[in-house]
Amino acid sequence: MYKIIVGMATCGISAGAERVYKAFENIIKQRDDVTLSSTGCMGMCYREPLVEIDDGKNRYLYGDVDEKKAQMIFESHIQKGTPLEDSIVLIDYERGKEEEFNKRQYKIVLRNCGHIDPDSIEEYEKRDGYKAIRKVLSSMTPEEVIDVIFKSGLRGRGGAGFLTGQKWKFARASVADQKYVICNADEGDPGAFMDRSVLEGDPHSVVEGMMICGYAIGATQGYIYCRAEYPLAVKRLKKAIKLLEEKGYLGDNIFGSNFSFRVKLKEGAGAFVCGEETALMQSIEGKRGTPRPRPPYPAVKGLWGKPTNINNVETFANVPWIILNGYEKFASMGTEKSKGTKVFAIAGKAVRTGLVEVPMGITIRDIVFNVCGGIKEGKKFKAVQMGGPSGGCIPESLADTQIDYEQITKTGAIMGSGGLVIMDETTCMVEMARFFLDFTQKESCGKCTSCRIGTLRMLEILERIVEGKGEEADINRLVELGEFIKKTSQCGLGQTAPNPVLTTIKYFRDEYEAHIKEKRCPAHSCGALVKYVINPEKCTGCMICARQCPASAISGEKKKPHIINQDKCTKCGKCYTVCTFDAIYKD
Amino acid sequence: MQDIVETKYFDRETVVHALNDPSQVIPLLQYVQEREGYIPEKAIEEISEITGVSVSNIFSVITFYKQFRLRPPGKYIIRVCDGTACHVNGARTLLDILNDELKLEGTDTTQDGLFTIMPVACLGCCSLAPVMMINEDTYGKLTPQKLRKIIKDYQRKGRETN
Repeated sequence: MYKIIVGMATCGISAGAERVYKAFENIIKQRDDVTLSSTGCMGMCYREPLVEIDDGKNRYLYGDVDEKKAQMIFESHIQKGTPLEDSIVLIDYERGKEEEFNKRQYKIVLRNCGHIDPDSIEEYEKRDGYKAIRKVLSSMTPEEVIDVIFKSGLRGRGGAGFLTGQKWKFARASVADQKYVICNADEGDPGAFMDRSVLEGDPHSVVEGMMICGYAIGATQGYIYCRAEYPLAVKRLKKAIKLLEEKGYLGDNIFGSNFSFRVKLKEGAGAFVCGEETALMQSIEGKRGTPRPRPPYPAVKGLWGKPTNINNVETFANVPWIILNGYEKFASMGTEKSKGTKVFAIAGKAVRTGLVEVPMGITIRDIVFNVCGGIKEGKKFKAVQMGGPSGGCIPESLADTQIDYEQITKTGAIMGSGGLVIMDETTCMVEMARFFLDFTQKESCGKCTSCRIGTLRMLEILERIVEGKGEEADINRLVELGEFIKKTSQCGLGQTAPNPVLTTIKYFRDEYEAHIKEKRCPAHSCGALVKYVINPEKCTGCMICARQCPASAISGEKKKPHIINQDKCTKCGKCYTVCTFDAIYKD
Repeated sequence: MQDIVETKYFDRETVVHALNDPSQVIPLLQYVQEREGYIPEKAIEEISEITGVSVSNIFSVITFYKQFRLRPPGKYIIRVCDGTACHVNGARTLLDILNDELKLEGTDTTQDGLFTIMPVACLGCCSLAPVMMINEDTYGKLTPQKLRKIIKDYQRKGRETN
C-alpha cells in the first residue's frame, strides 16, 4: 500500500505541481493499492514541486519532481520497492539531504501544513483537530480560556506583538449585545507568505482558533478578511466554512453547548493599509479603508461600533495548540518576553528559502547559516530585512541578535509579520530603501499629510540618490523627514514607513555617501551608477546590442567582440537585457 | 425602500441579498469585475440603487482599491511580481523589457488590446523569483531571454485566435 502526496500550495503549483499530480494520476490508474492526494505547503519552497511517498513504514520526500521524475519514482520506488536515493530530500522529516533545514524548527503553527489534506475535516480531526474547542466548551469558562492564553505569553503575530490574552480580556470586559471576532488575513508585506501558507495548508486550525476566541470574549460572529490576491486560500477557506456549517461545527449550539458561532469570509480588494485594524473594519463595512484614531480601541468600539477582537492568522493557529498542550509548554519556549515559535517566510539570496517555524530566541545567524544554509554562490552575507516595508535592515554585525520582539526593535527593525529577506553583497541598501518607500508611498491612504506628502518627498530624494544625483544634505533631510513622519502619522503605516530608510542610513551610511559623493554604487546594482562592459570571451559579435543601443555607443565588426564606448553610454541597460549570450555585465 | 425591478449585471438572488446593505458594495464590485473584467459605468449606478450608497461614494471606493479598474483589460493580463524577492532578483529589468517589447508608453494596455500589464506587490512564489503570471499561468525564474520568448508566443497565439 503506497500513498502519494503532492504538495499543492501556490508555490508548489507555480513550480509545476499540478502537472506532476496529473502525471501520477495517469501512471497509477491500474493500481488499486496506490492512493494519490494533495496537501499544503511543506516549507521547502526551494525544492518544489515536492512529493511524498508513504510506504506504510517510512515517509520519503522527493524534491524537484517533474513528469519524467514522477515516472521514475513510480517505476523504481513503487514497482520495484527501491527508493530513488538521488532525489530524496528527507526521510520521515528527520534525516536526509535537507535535514539541516528541519533540525532547528519546531512546528506549532505549521503542525499540519504538508501533512493533511486541507479540504478534509476528518484529516484535521485525526491530528487532534477540533479537540481544543470541544475541551473549551465542555470544561472551561471563558475566563479560564483567557487566563490560559494570557499565561502562555502568546503575543500578536501580525507584527506589533501585543499580548493576545490581554486583548481578549479587554474585549471580554466590553458589554454589548453583539461582539465580533476578526481574523486579519490581509497579508500585504511584499515577500511575506506565512499566513497564505497556513490558510492554504491548514485552514481549520485558524477557524478553530477563532471559535475559541469567540467563546472567550462572548462573540457569535466571526469574519476572515483575506487578501483577494490569494485565490487558493480564499477557495480553501470557503470550502472549510461550508463543510463546517454542513457538519454543524459552525452554527447554533456547537457540540451540544450553548455556544453559537458563525464565520463569514470577506475578500480584500488590494489595499495594503487594510492590514491596519481600523482600516480593515472600514473595508468590511464596504468603505474606503482609511484608518481612524485609537482610542477607542476595537475592543471597545470596533466593527459597526461593536466590541471587536482582531488577531492575525498565525496568532489564531497557535490557540488550539496552547489549549491542548497547556500554557506551560508554550511558555517554556523562547525568551523572557517572547514565547513560543515564530513562522518566517524566507526569501532572497539564501541557499534554502521557504517557510520555517523556529523557536523564539534563536539568533539571526542561526537562521541564515544553519536553517537556510548560508548565502548562494558563496557570496558574502550582508544583512537581513525584517518586517517588510514597516521594518528595517539588520546588518551582519548584529547577526547574533535573538528573535525576540524587544531585541529586534532595539536594532531599529521590527519583528513584523514574518517576512525575512536575506541580502548579500550584491544588494544595494539605498536601492532597497527606495524599493520599500516606493511601496509605502503608493499605499499611503492619503489621510495624514505627513505620510502622504512626506513619503513622496523621501522617495524623490532616494530616487535622485540612486540615479547619482544626490546632494550632500540629502542624508540629513531623509533622517529629519523620517523622524517627522513617524511622529505625526496616525496609523502604523506612516509611523513605520521611514524605518527601512532610517535603519539603512544607520548601518550603511557609507553606501549612501558613496552614491552621493563618489557617484558609485558599492553593490554594483544601481543602473545609473554602473558601467556596462562586454566580456570579449562571451561576445559572439551577433550585433544585436549594437543595433538596439539608442545612443549608438556600441561598435564592433560582425562575429568579433564588440566594445561599449563609455563616453557615449547613457546606462539605459538595453544592451544588458537584449544580449542572449550573457556577455554584458555590470561593473 | 424601492424595489429593484431589473438589473443588467446582477441576478435576482444577488440583488435581494445585497439590498440596502452598504457593506455589500465591495463584494458587488468584485462580482462585476470578475465577470466583465472591469467596472462599467452602468454597473456603478446599479450598485448604487441596490445598496443605497451614492454613486460618488462608490466611485471613491473603486479608486481606493487597486483591484478595481474602470477600463476593459487586454486579452492577456500580465502580472509582474515586484515583491521583495523578485525585486532583488531583477523584476525591474523585466518590467523595462515588457514596456519595450509591447511598446507601452505610459498606458497599461497595448493598442491591439492583447496585453495589460500590472505590477503586483507579491504573488507569493518568492523562491521562483522573478515571477510573472499571464492570466492563470505562472512563469518563474525568468530571464530577459525567457521573457521575450514567452511574450512572442503569446503574441502569435493572440493573433491566430483573433
